Amino acid sequence: MSAKTEFQGFLRQDGRKGIRNTILVVYLVECAHHVAREIVYPYRKQGVHLIGFSGCYPNQYAFDMMARLCTHPNTGGVLLVSLGCESFDRRGLARVVIDSGRPVETLVIQERGGTLTTVDQGQTWLEETLAELEDTTARVTMSVDELVVGAICGGSDATSGITANPAIGRCFDLLVDNNASAIFEEGGELIGCEQIMADRAVTPALGEEILSTMEKTARYYTTMGHGSFAVGNSDGGLTTVEEKSMGAYAKSGSSPIRGLIKPGDVPPAGGLYLLDIVPDGGARFGFPNINDTAEIAELIACGAHLTLFSTGRGSVVGSAISPVIKVCANPETYRRMAGDMDVDAGRILEGGATLDEVGEEIFSQVLAVAGGEPTKSESLGHQEFVLTYKSFEPIGPACLPV
Amino acid sequence: MPDKQSGLLLRISDEDNVYVLLRGLNAGDSLKLGEQTVVVENSLELGHKIAARDIAAGEKIVKYGAPIGSAARDIRAGEHVHLHNIKSDYIPTYTLNSETD
Repeated sequence: MSAKTEFQGFLRQDGRKGIRNTILVVYLVECAHHVAREIVYPYRKQGVHLIGFSGCYPNQYAFDMMARLCTHPNTGGVLLVSLGCESFDRRGLARVVIDSGRPVETLVIQERGGTLTTVDQGQTWLEETLAELEDTTARVTMSVDELVVGAICGGSDATSGITANPAIGRCFDLLVDNNASAIFEEGGELIGCEQIMADRAVTPALGEEILSTMEKTARYYTTMGHGSFAVGNSDGGLTTVEEKSMGAYAKSGSSPIRGLIKPGDVPPAGGLYLLDIVPDGGARFGFPNINDTAEIAELIACGAHLTLFSTGRGSVVGSAISPVIKVCANPETYRRMAGDMDVDAGRILEGGATLDEVGEEIFSQVLAVAGGEPTKSESLGHQEFVLTYKSFEPIGPACLPV
Repeated sequence: MPDKQSGLLLRISDEDNVYVLLRGLNAGDSLKLGEQTVVVENSLELGHKIAARDIAAGEKIVKYGAPIGSAARDIRAGEHVHLHNIKSDYIPTYTLNSETD
């Protein structure tokens, strides 16, 4: 491996290190969305990202997600935009951000005189804070073992499971060998893989936890009456959810599974982790994650500095907060959509590269992007974000052995 | 994984009873499966599966060396293996009403 494993990052006052220095503008209910978007718009290419929560009813999961995202190592400062009457605990969230040492401001639209004055005050704050962050954020050397990397697939087809996903798996093995943390997510997309995953757990008790999580998953999706499977998946040659799962599972590589975490749990040390994204308790708020973006947000809440995204049909999404590296599985899709893709894994099918070579290429890209090089979706301004209602119980002691 | 590659057909694992197409095929193209030559009935996109041998109704469909569903009816060697002839052993696959075969 010739790639340099050190790069320059940003040091936060809580001691964590980020690879971007992003300011988040956060709407705390849909009614504040437009104002927040107007504040961001002129600054959207200057590292100011828009995220938010639409609901007016309170939800502990949404609060905890926001707390994690607003204190994510890639986040440098936070502007909260509240209508004023929603149930989101804006003071509690502001306190979490202040305690982390980051600059934070809260604008309550009803107290600031409405749309125009709030937009104006928000932009004034952004001007000052962008300059302040530029001057005051400490730069620091970071090495690969300090990285947290997530993996997800979206717009899958039958090539995903034979090119991009196993190539991401090779990259995950390299990351874990270098003592980085690698997280693969479990939605309905691992149904059918329960036993082979449990067999890879570092302890039998963790294996049991994985099996019971997968039982929960199958039960939840059965209640919803719909597997994690979109129409485009079958156009692309996938027929059943378990077939899609086998392909998705290849993203995990071959390292032992060191822990089972839930959204917002940050891996305590290097190694491979499985992220359980299916809510606990009965099916209450609808589908576990309504789309790929909701899943990426959860990986980021677990500390992911960047996310590897495998696609066959051709997804164009990126993300707020953490860059997304797009690995295209299908050579025909790559030729059509090269401007959106960072890695051409489809050439494996046409004899242009081996899985190991593409795995190493993804690993090199991880280091380059961690060092500041923008991904395709970042350059194109993609900053998708979704957060919905969910509920989780804390993980049990068997989930993080050692 | 794709180590049993012959250019057109990929058998991912030795136990698999389906092949994956590495390029698209047009209706009327012929395909060699061992001794047998099979004519493709409908155009097929890259990534779709065809039966590597005759598969009886109820038999498991095996890909990646793992079951990915069961045959809903008898499937001949060389036939397209998809929504019309196999079903999930977990959750039924959703299709748009306007596109149902």
